[in-house]
Amino acid sequence: MAGTGYFTSVEDVTAKLADTGYLASAAVATTVFLADALGKPLLIEGPAGVGKTELAKAVAEASGSRLVRLQCYEGVDESRALYEWNHAKQLLRITAGRDETWDEARNDIFGEEFLLARPLLTAIKGDEPTVLLIDETDKADVEIEGLLLEVLGDFQITVPELGTITAGRKPFVVLTSNATRELSEALRRRCLFLHIGFPDAALEQRIVRLKVPGVDDALAASVIKVITALRAMELRKAPSVAETIDWARTLLALGADSLGEDVVRASLGVILKHQEDVVKADARLELGKVLDS
Amino acid sequence: MSGVPGRLVEFVEALREHGIPAGPSETVDAAAALEVLGLASREQLREGLAAALVRRGGQRAVFDATFDIYFPLGIGAPSQDPVDDLAALRDRLASALAANDQAELTQLAGLAVEMLGEYGAAAGTGGWSAHQTLERLQPQTLVVRVLDAIRAGVPEDFTDRLDRDDVRRRVEGFRGLVRTEARRRVAEVRGRERVSRHAVPPAADRVDFLLASRAQLAELRRVVQPLSRKLATRLAARRRRHARGQIDLRRTLRRSLSTGGVPMRPSYRRHRPGRPEIVLLCDMSGSVAGFANFTMLLVQALRDQFSRVRVFAFIDACDEITHLVDTGAADPEDLGARILADAELTRWDGHSDYGNALGEFAERYADAVGAKTSVLILGDARTNGGDPNLAAVRGIASAARHTYWLNPERTALWSTGDSEAHAYAEVVEMHECRNVHQLTRLVTRLLPA
Repeated sequence: MAGTGYFTSVEDVTAKLADTGYLASAAVATTVFLADALGKPLLIEGPAGVGKTELAKAVAEASGSRLVRLQCYEGVDESRALYEWNHAKQLLRITAGRDETWDEARNDIFGEEFLLARPLLTAIKGDEPTVLLIDETDKADVEIEGLLLEVLGDFQITVPELGTITAGRKPFVVLTSNATRELSEALRRRCLFLHIGFPDAALEQRIVRLKVPGVDDALAASVIKVITALRAMELRKAPSVAETIDWARTLLALGADSLGEDVVRASLGVILKHQEDVVKADARLELGKVLDS
Repeated sequence: MSGVPGRLVEFVEALREHGIPAGPSETVDAAAALEVLGLASREQLREGLAAALVRRGGQRAVFDATFDIYFPLGIGAPSQDPVDDLAALRDRLASALAANDQAELTQLAGLAVEMLGEYGAAAGTGGWSAHQTLERLQPQTLVVRVLDAIRAGVPEDFTDRLDRDDVRRRVEGFRGLVRTEARRRVAEVRGRERVSRHAVPPAADRVDFLLASRAQLAELRRVVQPLSRKLATRLAARRRRHARGQIDLRRTLRRSLSTGGVPMRPSYRRHRPGRPEIVLLCDMSGSVAGFANFTMLLVQALRDQFSRVRVFAFIDACDEITHLVDTGAADPEDLGARILADAELTRWDGHSDYGNALGEFAERYADAVGAKTSVLILGDARTNGGDPNLAAVRGIASAARHTYWLNPERTALWSTGDSEAHAYAEVVEMHECRNVHQLTRLVTRLLPA
């Protein structure tokens, strides 16, 4: 099978990722293993702050490979994603070799030496194990997707002056998306799809305990309970795992060893980012309720 | 076709019927995943097939339900530790809910359907009903017992107030397990294909507005924010593309003077970003209200794409509700109730009267509709036999830049009974808009950039 071969089984994925500090759910571990075994790119969608980018970093660390990252943004183009000719150096080369014939100069200035490799080319060229992270793919323009098709489908890049560069060793590719735009059907078809949602309570509790070791089990359980209740409300922005961890850290810094009305009210701003949400949560959690009534 | 490949292909066909467009290449991927993962772990297989066959969020619920039918947990009635009677079953259910023990809950769902769900004794007509099981089992009445069990021996805590909701969610989860189990048993009797076609609930964006349950409407409200972001990007992209293109001859010539009259750098005509005004005119009566509510929230979420959004509602009278929608976006659950309470929509008996309401709109709010306005009328065009008042609609349509009518009914039902759909459709462009999927398409197509 033409995979990258970093992992031997689903359990292996879970164990190795856990060693790097990433606790994977069954869905995440299975899909990562499949992407690895089948050698297909992995397209990850999900709300902000559930660890999409983290996963790519964890895979790189767990498999001991280098991480090449392409951060997408509106207007990212070929010369930022693939490669660029180093014009300044080419000019220098031409001036240096004054007596050359045209043919000699032409053959020389379009060599690898004058090629500036951008992330996609870098990931394909090297012989070492590589994890290629294409972050926030949905932010890039549609045209870039066409460019990705060749890279992700055949793991090769065509440079007109040089010919086609094929990957000596397939990289493990991770694309992340926040779904602000529908990615094209052609791109989706080439990838395995993984939707990372909010983790279940038990897993999230383990994540909090791992990331914020100072929090004890009881407090972590209370934190998760409140977070779960908040997610069940119709909020503009539901708190995500990143917020849960931030909140646990805040509670630790405040010196709270259990949750109380005052502590929750004081730190609600850490988990909720919109004023309307704070007001709503305040009402639902009955923060104003007098305890002895 | 038989064996595992055959089953896989049948499964993919069932998915396609539910709007998951899995092609041959996806099926091949799924087969490769199957080969790598093996059949040892059902949950791993589920995730593996999902990775290969599902291509976007929001399709997972449909996938899971279909998966449970085509790759069932077991065959026949559950055989392990049976219970004697209903009381014993409820006892075990209560303790399983308190412990939140998923394996035990799955087991109990199987036992419950076996014990309580069977109907119709004769072969071929009988089956298993989740509804009947849940009616007899009444799991929701266990909430207090479960709460007591959880709280026993635990000191009082701030989060106690959240426990009740938590237990309710667990009970809801158990209901889901019972439904899955009942589908599995029926599929054994009636055949998988038929059950997957009729019993698997559709994905959220394909749910009929007019048939949506409360829970489904809540689910729909949840997609408003992500959907509006997606639509906003699409509208903005279209606007940007629009800005390129036409050459501004005068400025190009002026510029060419600096290059000796040769137009080296063409100058493009700049578009003034004309952001359109939107007027929504919504029928808020009865079953149509869910559709109107959703569309209101969506347009409200898109408001920064437009220079102005005004919302009007009517039943037999017409009133402006823009302020209610603006403040209501923070609390979309009660929006419908608040509109009915605070706006003056009914004068007579609370049946929709299109003729009167449209006439009133044309008369009182004529200033809302101008040359830059796009008007969207939402409603089923059921006039209760009254006068459709086509003249008023014609008046609105001639004053506005665009006028569209979104009808949540199937085209086949238009102009049946008291519906005047086709009469209106002759005056303004009418579109069938039964679910979020169709609405999304219409919004991107109809709204001017």
